[in-house]
Amino acid sequence: MSEAVAPALLAAPRAPGLNWRRAVPLLLVAPLLAFMLALYAAPVLAMLSRSLLEPAPTLAHYIELAGDEVFLKVFTNTLSTTVTVTLGTLLLGYPIALGMARARRLLPLILVIVLLPFWTSVLVRSYAWMVLLGRHGLVNEVLLALGLLDRPMRLLNTPLATQIAMVHILLPYMILPIANALRQIDPSLARAAAGLGAGPFGVFRQVTLPLSMPGVMAGVLLVFVLSLGFYITPALVGGPRDMTLSMLIAQRVEQLDWAYAATLSAVLLATALAIIALFQRVFGVGTAFRMSAR
Amino acid sequence: MEGASVTLSGLEKRYENFGAVRGVSIDIRSGEFLTLLGPSGSGKTTTLMMIAGFETPSAGDIAIDGRSVVALPPHRRNIGMVFQNYALFPHLTVAENIGFPLKQRGVPKPERARLVEEALELVRLPGYGARQPRQLSGGQQQRVALARAIVFKPRLLLMDEPLGALDKQLRESLQLEMRRLHADLGITFIYVTHDQEEALTMSDRIAVMNEGRVAQIGAPEELYDRPENRFVASFIGESNFLPATVRGREDGVLVAECAGTLVRATCAGTPATGEAVTLATRPERLRFVDGAWPAPPPANRMPVTVTEAVFVGERCRYLLRAEDGTALVLKEPSSAATRRREAGERAEVAWSVADTILV
Ligand SMILES: Nc1ncnc2c1ncn2[C@@H]1O[C@H](COP(=O)(O)OP(=O)(O)OP(=O)(O)O)[C@@H](O)[C@H]1O
Ligand SMILES: [Mg+2]
Repeated sequence: MSEAVAPALLAAPRAPGLNWRRAVPLLLVAPLLAFMLALYAAPVLAMLSRSLLEPAPTLAHYIELAGDEVFLKVFTNTLSTTVTVTLGTLLLGYPIALGMARARRLLPLILVIVLLPFWTSVLVRSYAWMVLLGRHGLVNEVLLALGLLDRPMRLLNTPLATQIAMVHILLPYMILPIANALRQIDPSLARAAAGLGAGPFGVFRQVTLPLSMPGVMAGVLLVFVLSLGFYITPALVGGPRDMTLSMLIAQRVEQLDWAYAATLSAVLLATALAIIALFQRVFGVGTAFRMSAR
Repeated sequence: MEGASVTLSGLEKRYENFGAVRGVSIDIRSGEFLTLLGPSGSGKTTTLMMIAGFETPSAGDIAIDGRSVVALPPHRRNIGMVFQNYALFPHLTVAENIGFPLKQRGVPKPERARLVEEALELVRLPGYGARQPRQLSGGQQQRVALARAIVFKPRLLLMDEPLGALDKQLRESLQLEMRRLHADLGITFIYVTHDQEEALTMSDRIAVMNEGRVAQIGAPEELYDRPENRFVASFIGESNFLPATVRGREDGVLVAECAGTLVRATCAGTPATGEAVTLATRPERLRFVDGAWPAPPPANRMPVTVTEAVFVGERCRYLLRAEDGTALVLKEPSSAATRRREAGERAEVAWSVADTILV
């Protein structure tokens, strides 16, 4: 009898035609995919194609760029700003993330302090820094009042101003993944390490820090890629001579030099992708994300 | 190597207004296998955490080899510890995990490798050093955690339900390994479990905990045969509780009236005549009176009615009711030669005076 039943059971799940089970995920992402293709991928490709097709198919724009001193200066400036900002957010963000992971009662307060700027527009925050760092801004006034300066210091429109403002704006992108990774760490691991003879610093260096690396990598990658293309903040608080790639692109677009702007955009995109690929290669970000998810 | 002696005196831990541990005093001898046994929430883990140094006592003292360690941070106490979830470092290999305590103590690398291999052999996992913890089964992870806890030769090893997450068969084989390891190393073990069978088979002594206090401490047989209170009598094994009224003393044994019959019990104290007491006796120590058995006194006898008979394989379990309605349980080894009783049948049960205790 069981032999008679078996073929029927085997045949049952095979519905004719479309395999709905497999189609469901595709259907779910389809709207987003269509949206991205139409409104993001297509314009980007159209823009990038200009770097290769204007006025006729050519690589001349890229070859020109390699010898363009303005570009090289702007490119190195962008990279160095990005590196400084990434390091700054990491050094400031890690201790805060650590505090967030350890705090119990203070957690909501810290979370609000971290997230409040996150919910405020970048433009507003950049203007706020202009107010703070201006010639008669709060920072100068306080330093003058304390007698640490005898005349106002030039803060606004310097590389330092860009770096300070960008670190502040990007800090949540560093803190949140790290705090998340730290929270995922089983607290009995730190106890086990202490019980096995590791002092507080030893526990941090040998257990907490290595286990939080997935979060650190995610934060570094986010901040690095975001600050690479930052525009509003460096444009508002940075100096005119400390141009970044995005500022240069905007300038060329205003001058209607589309081919040049498109070429710069391609370089910016390629740099971001290269950084992501490098992270993937060296640190295995994919596995890192999976590890922290556990 | 000599095991450490541990003295807990008046140990307390309060969380806000809640007392998790409320005055625990135990003298743990050098080389002893002591188990803290108790139901969930009885304060076993909290007690262990205070010994390890992860929790600070609210009151009382912990002395190891006569020296108070309360002020010492955990990493200075030199105590081995096995956590319930093993707490293996996921970013380190098995060998690096086991080598961790040696590294903290500045043991040079070649020496470390040798000791790690030795420890792996001791827990029967030779050649597993290069693996990642997550590549091991639960039982293997448990043994790595054990190896890591003993590799630096601590004189005291704490274990918090180390076998809790494993299946029964694995648990039994690891229990035996744990005993062997205890005998080989000669160090003091403090073991936490809520599994009474585990506690009975492994321990030199058991401290039964209830609501943050030690209900009784003693060797396994002592706890089983002479529980001092109702909690211990019901938590370790099964007990029949008989409400009784004291009628007097006779040849050093207590005579009490229970369900209309006189019952004798061993009893250290001297309850007054007329006092209401509770007597306890184990189900497997009751017998049906049948022909020659039991021999005449010193046995207690009582007429009962069988209310339910359950065949459990190796034994039969009977639910009985005494004249006054007191429910009793009797366990009888099953045998094709003994007649099985039916529900509703009247019978007489007997048990020895030595197996009757006042709780
Ligand atoms: N950090 C804490 N804050 C408040 N109460 C706590 C804390 N830790 C433990 N307790 C309470 O103390 C009591 C004893 O806890 P403990 O963990 O020692 O129990 P246990 O005997 O180990 O139980 P189990 O067998 O479930 O592990 C419990 O009622 C628990 O809720
Ligand atoms: Mg516990």
